[in-house]
Amino acid sequence: MSNSKINRTNQIVKDFQEKMDYDELMNCMRCGFCLPSCPTYRETGGNEAASPRGRIAMMKAVVDGKMTPDEDFEKQLSLCLGCRACEPACPPGVKYGHLLEDAVDILQKNKKQSSSVKFLRGFLFDHLFPKKSNMITFTGLMWFYQKSGIQKFARATKLTRLVGKQMSAMERVLPDLPSPKQMKNRPTYVQPEGEVKKRVAFFSNCMMDTLFLDTNDSTLFLLKKAKCEVVIPEDQTCCGAILAHSGEKDKAKELAKKNIEAFEKENVDYIISNAGGCGALLAEYDHLLKDELDWLPRAKAFVRKVKDISEILYAVGLPEMELPPQIITYQDSCHLRNVMKTAAAPRKLLQSIKGVAYKEMVEADRCCGSAGTYNIIEQEMSMQILDHKMVKVLDTKATTIVTANPGCLLQMKLGIDREGYSNTMRGVHIVDLLAEAIKFSEEQKKNVLDKEGKKQPVNT
Amino acid sequence: MLKQEVRDMLVSIVGDDNLRDSQQDLIAYSYDATPNYQALPDAVIKPRNTKDVSEIVKVCNEYKIPIVPRGNATNLCAGTTPLEGGIVMIFTHMNQILELDEENLTVTVQPGIITLNMIEAVEAKGLFYPPDPSSMKISTIGGNINECSGGLRGLKYGVTRDYVIGLEFVMPNGDIVRTGGKLAKDVAGYDLTRLMVGSEGTLGIITEATLKLIPKPESKKTMLAMYNSLEAAGKTVSAIIANKIIPTTLEFLDQPTIQVVEDFAKIGLPTEVGAILLIEQDGPLEVVERDSNKIAEICEEGGAISVKIAETPEEGEALTTARRAALSALARLKPTTILEDATVPRSKIAEMVRAIEEIAERNNVRICTFGHAGDGNLHPTCMTDARDKEEMERVEKAFEEVFEKAIELGGTITGEHGVGVMKSPYLAWKIGETGVNAMLAIKQSFDPNNIMNPGKMFAKESRKRVVVQK
Ligand SMILES: Cc1cc2nc3c(=O)[nH]c(=O)nc-3n(C[C@H](O)[C@H](O)[C@H](O)COP(=O)(O)OP(=O)(O)OC[C@H]3O[C@@H](n4cnc5c(N)ncnc54)[C@H](O)[C@@H]3O)c2cc1C
Ligand code: SF4
Ligand code: SF4
Repeated sequence: MSNSKINRTNQIVKDFQEKMDYDELMNCMRCGFCLPSCPTYRETGGNEAASPRGRIAMMKAVVDGKMTPDEDFEKQLSLCLGCRACEPACPPGVKYGHLLEDAVDILQKNKKQSSSVKFLRGFLFDHLFPKKSNMITFTGLMWFYQKSGIQKFARATKLTRLVGKQMSAMERVLPDLPSPKQMKNRPTYVQPEGEVKKRVAFFSNCMMDTLFLDTNDSTLFLLKKAKCEVVIPEDQTCCGAILAHSGEKDKAKELAKKNIEAFEKENVDYIISNAGGCGALLAEYDHLLKDELDWLPRAKAFVRKVKDISEILYAVGLPEMELPPQIITYQDSCHLRNVMKTAAAPRKLLQSIKGVAYKEMVEADRCCGSAGTYNIIEQEMSMQILDHKMVKVLDTKATTIVTANPGCLLQMKLGIDREGYSNTMRGVHIVDLLAEAIKFSEEQKKNVLDKEGKKQPVNT
Repeated sequence: MLKQEVRDMLVSIVGDDNLRDSQQDLIAYSYDATPNYQALPDAVIKPRNTKDVSEIVKVCNEYKIPIVPRGNATNLCAGTTPLEGGIVMIFTHMNQILELDEENLTVTVQPGIITLNMIEAVEAKGLFYPPDPSSMKISTIGGNINECSGGLRGLKYGVTRDYVIGLEFVMPNGDIVRTGGKLAKDVAGYDLTRLMVGSEGTLGIITEATLKLIPKPESKKTMLAMYNSLEAAGKTVSAIIANKIIPTTLEFLDQPTIQVVEDFAKIGLPTEVGAILLIEQDGPLEVVERDSNKIAEICEEGGAISVKIAETPEEGEALTTARRAALSALARLKPTTILEDATVPRSKIAEMVRAIEEIAERNNVRICTFGHAGDGNLHPTCMTDARDKEEMERVEKAFEEVFEKAIELGGTITGEHGVGVMKSPYLAWKIGETGVNAMLAIKQSFDPNNIMNPGKMFAKESRKRVVVQK
């Protein structure tokens, strides 16, 4: 080993000893109850090192000086989806997600990166995600790419293939992007007609307010239908999830503080998120800021208000929903289910749509392999998980697959594309489907009224 | 580290992919569910079939390399911690159901199959395999057989031993032996099948097992009886059995255990009561009805504050599932949970409970108790912190007193978790020097080079029996 490598290893060990929560590591009593819930354990044919129990044991071994944090160790942590399915399965309640976050953060801080990776990380984590204007510009460029015909050209000439199979498939399943103008003219306040049941603030999310603008529009439409008054604080910023999971915890903390400031000004009952991945971090701002005592009470107050859109819609109630006959199924967002503990509300909402058959998918609670940036960094495992997921999807015979997080949505679309079912199956975000169902139901009623109106003898 | 030539030989048997010895593998197979034990093996090996196993064993026997067979390492006696190094053998490639024979009511499986997966497969055919350790979602049949595991249904249906009717195993010299078969009766020689059950990987490696099945009971009913104290609950246990009713399940939990289980499972357990009894009866509908009513009556006579019958099978299932999490959930309270497995005759349950409470107080340690009350099998669990050396000494002393008391009441030091390393110093307390010698004689004739799971079952030194001050 070279000297610099040895130094780096020593520093990692030291950081592990200083920064890892040893009580939490000890809290794992190694019962193995988490093993069946772990996707990577299963996909590796039962490799203990790829299980939560194994990963915790390795982290602890590093602290105990029983293990050198070598390349295998880093790979094993990188292979972890961070889906946190191991947490609800764990009777002692080990907070695996927090351990992972801390470990990745330490490894990241001690990384000697090539200049191109540094540049990319800098671009993503310092410029793109934290600054909405940049997100808009970036999406704008992509929009130009889609609309200008370059996309068609690139696809026809298979240029996108050069960028890697995965990226080209990803590119195919991206939604129709909004124009820069659409992205800039976002509402900041929505008032329902008639009585107001709740006053809520909407966390509009950098990705959702750019790449998935329609979904945000549907969200506002639904909140209005549910008689909620909605404020959309302009000073809000990216939730920080991608940063926190990529070993950029300090930057994530800064974003958290900005968001807390932006939202505490509004006197609202709830802070609504429509993306499981973001919502889960918002709901853990208290943990993120646990060492900053002046921020902690504010973070706690914030966290108490965070709710997923489906929870609030289910609690407050929506007008009648209907859709043409079809089978629908739901794929959980891991963070929504395992961290925010929202699993029943989306299902109940979907089951209340008239005309459709809801079919529960076997292992709907298992990760689809999207996991933030995982499907780009750990492509092979991600696709293996996705292919297994698609088998379960096909078993349901559903033509509409509903998700509750943009990453999962893209991944399901990718799965449909890979299986060659793009013509008969679709992936949708739950709020888009609910909005569609309300509109369809209104239309049906209008049609009936119109018909009845025609039947009425004309008074002369 | 294995010698290169040994490593090469092993690789030539199983292939490169199936012999792992990188640092991460060694760490990942260095522990089991027993607190405070960890030791690195030299390698991890994954045989694909019986022939692989036999060839591996021959190499190890020649070079005197320890072999630690491992299911999923949920044992609680440090049974799969490779204390003397060597190779850990895992059965992830040998995890199939080989045959489900609906005419003879048997199932033949490989050792690596997960207990619950097998149970579900046989239940899909209307058949029933009763032994259901709380760890069944993770444990393997190989592990269950080698620990002779019990479960929540043990009271009525017995333990793993009662269902193993045939085995294939590899002797420490590499010989492949078949015992028993799909037979209701078989007295051809010594009962090697029974000898292997509960042998904790110290006599050979099980490569195939034929298990007895029974028809699946038509119906079942689950209920909860609430008490002011664990002792009162314990008295009811003896009363139910004295009334000639044998329920499927008769489990009890004390208040702290109820609280942590509720914390985890959130199913609305009564956290304010002193203890609960979880009772289940199965069988034909009329019998289940009649027994449940009678049991409820006995509970009330025995001082139960209230008795609640689960309204749906799902509700019943939620209760038993929550109970299965008890041991791990207790880890919520303190960094280290050390659990014991003392077992007494059923009629002595209440007395044992009282003794445990006194012992805890006397030694100033915190002990929570739950367990398979109907089997007389208690799991007094000590909440402690392995970093606190002084407290750990008191914990050890308390447990010695628990063992002592259990034996005095005609009981044993371990009902189902096995001896392993944890209880090896106390083995002689239960079976005496002569008993240990008889067992050692078997061990030595099977495994003269002591390569099979060395350091387990037989301690280098026996503990002196403590005399409990009354
Ligand atoms: C939360 C929790 C709850 C539990 N509840 C119960 C319970 O209700 N009842 C109960 O009885 N136990 C219980 N246990 C203990 C444990 O789960 C059982 O002993 C189980 O049978 C172990 O199975 P395993 O596959 O994990 O085996 P392991 O722990 O891997 O191995 C157990 C023993 O079997 C040997 N072995 C494994 N496979 C083979 C093979 N093919 N050939 C030879 N030897 C082999 C090993 O060397 C070891 O000695 C519990 C444990 C935990 C953590
Ligand atoms: S379930 Fe929890 S305590 Fe048990 S092994 Fe997994 S992480 Fe550890
Ligand atoms: S977060 Fe997901 S992939 Fe990672 S250890 Fe837990 S269950 Fe496994």
